[in-house]
Amino acid sequence: MFNKIQKFILFDILRNRIVIAYTVLLSILTWSVFSLEDESYKGVLTLLNIVLLTTPLICIIFTTIYLYNSAEFIELMLSQPIRRSKIWTGLFLGLFLSLALAFLIGAGIPILLFVSGKIASILLIMGILITAVFVALGFLSAILTRDKAKGIGSSILLWLFFSLLFDGIVLFLLFQLSDYPIEKIMVGISALNPIDLARIFIILQLDVSAMLGYTGAIFKDFFGTGPGTMIGFSLLCIWVILPYLISLRMFVKKDL
Amino acid sequence: MIEIQHLSKQFGKLQVLKDINLTCEPGQCIALIGPNGCGKTTLIKCILGMVIPSSGSIMFRQKNIARDFAYRHHIGYMPQKGRFPDNMTIGQVIEMIKNIRGKKEEQDDELIEAFSLNEIMDKKMRTLSGGTTQKVSASLAFLFKPEALILDEPTAGLDPIAAEILKEKIIAENKKGKLIFITSHMLSELDDLVTQVILMQDGGIRFHMPTALLKEQTKTLSLTKAITHILKHDHVQ
Repeated sequence: MFNKIQKFILFDILRNRIVIAYTVLLSILTWSVFSLEDESYKGVLTLLNIVLLTTPLICIIFTTIYLYNSAEFIELMLSQPIRRSKIWTGLFLGLFLSLALAFLIGAGIPILLFVSGKIASILLIMGILITAVFVALGFLSAILTRDKAKGIGSSILLWLFFSLLFDGIVLFLLFQLSDYPIEKIMVGISALNPIDLARIFIILQLDVSAMLGYTGAIFKDFFGTGPGTMIGFSLLCIWVILPYLISLRMFVKKDL
Repeated sequence: MIEIQHLSKQFGKLQVLKDINLTCEPGQCIALIGPNGCGKTTLIKCILGMVIPSSGSIMFRQKNIARDFAYRHHIGYMPQKGRFPDNMTIGQVIEMIKNIRGKKEEQDDELIEAFSLNEIMDKKMRTLSGGTTQKVSASLAFLFKPEALILDEPTAGLDPIAAEILKEKIIAENKKGKLIFITSHMLSELDDLVTQVILMQDGGIRFHMPTALLKEQTKTLSLTKAITHILKHDHVQ
């Protein structure tokens, strides 16, 4: 029963024009970045910034809009003998798998062709994790309000916060508190932003972390080690699980 | 079959249902009537588990429905305004529901044929008129031979011929011993269907009694007259 709902949603989304456009967009960006840069690590850096900007935006907004548009579908399913949590999990897996597939086809193929093994796999894992995080955040903002405009608005704000405002605040704090030894605290603060976590992971792989200065060294000390990598990885997973579980709890209790 | 005890529901500060107690047996055909906004649809949605009650319990076949979902195998529901995924065709919707329910369950295609939905199976739900959407809803409600049918304004929007087909189907299913729960404003339409009447007012049940008794008490011949009599004279206990 579970697989049927999931399969149905997956096929419905894969046929969606926006997902196809997203795949094409990613593949144009990735192919052109790698053909412009002759050294692959430079290409990875450029790609990193593009992917960390577009993937979260498209994932969170597409998820939110899709959820609001499937209100009818959810209503229809609710009058059938199906557990509520199965409907929600089906929607989550359907959205996550199709967007992850779009990422793998769009960006994954050129990455595998142009980038060497270890860095390529980290790039792909981070891309998929970021997809999952922002699909989960989309679920959260769609369940928090009944109003479609407010829901999409809060999604855009979340994206703006994590991709632009957060870094601004961090920079501001760095300058204001530059007299104090706050480097270690920075590691903690970066955990509060999934995009930063993914960025640090990939930059550390590229051996360009020297560009990050003293803070970079601290990051390298922390995230470069085995346990640090594990902690960073689990933090990203928490960024997926927590918003999703909160939205699931709210959906199970929601009046429709 | 359905037992409701001390059911209350609040939406924020608004009290929609106040301490509802109700027992329904198989073979009954119950009309749920009352003014707009008196909580009829909320009560129905509570039974279906779409709205979670603030307090009180609902039992379906001696089992509490809270956190349960399997009991919906035995309920057919036709909403007031059927809402379906826009870009699916009628055939796809029916196929999807059949898929989810599992093919094992016995099916009753009588209404699909009677409404001649077979000829328009590949029409998208978005392009259907309100009446045709209602026909799809009705067919789905009866499709799996449920033991209880919950119909929210079933004939609203249907043309007279379709309404008649649906009415006959309701009577036939009721005779097989199924519980039927109808809300409607068209009292004259309910007259030859229902065996019990529930009048709801301001979120509470004003009375629940057999139609025959109601007519006898008010000394009227039709449901319409009986109800208007009560609303005017306010004297039935």
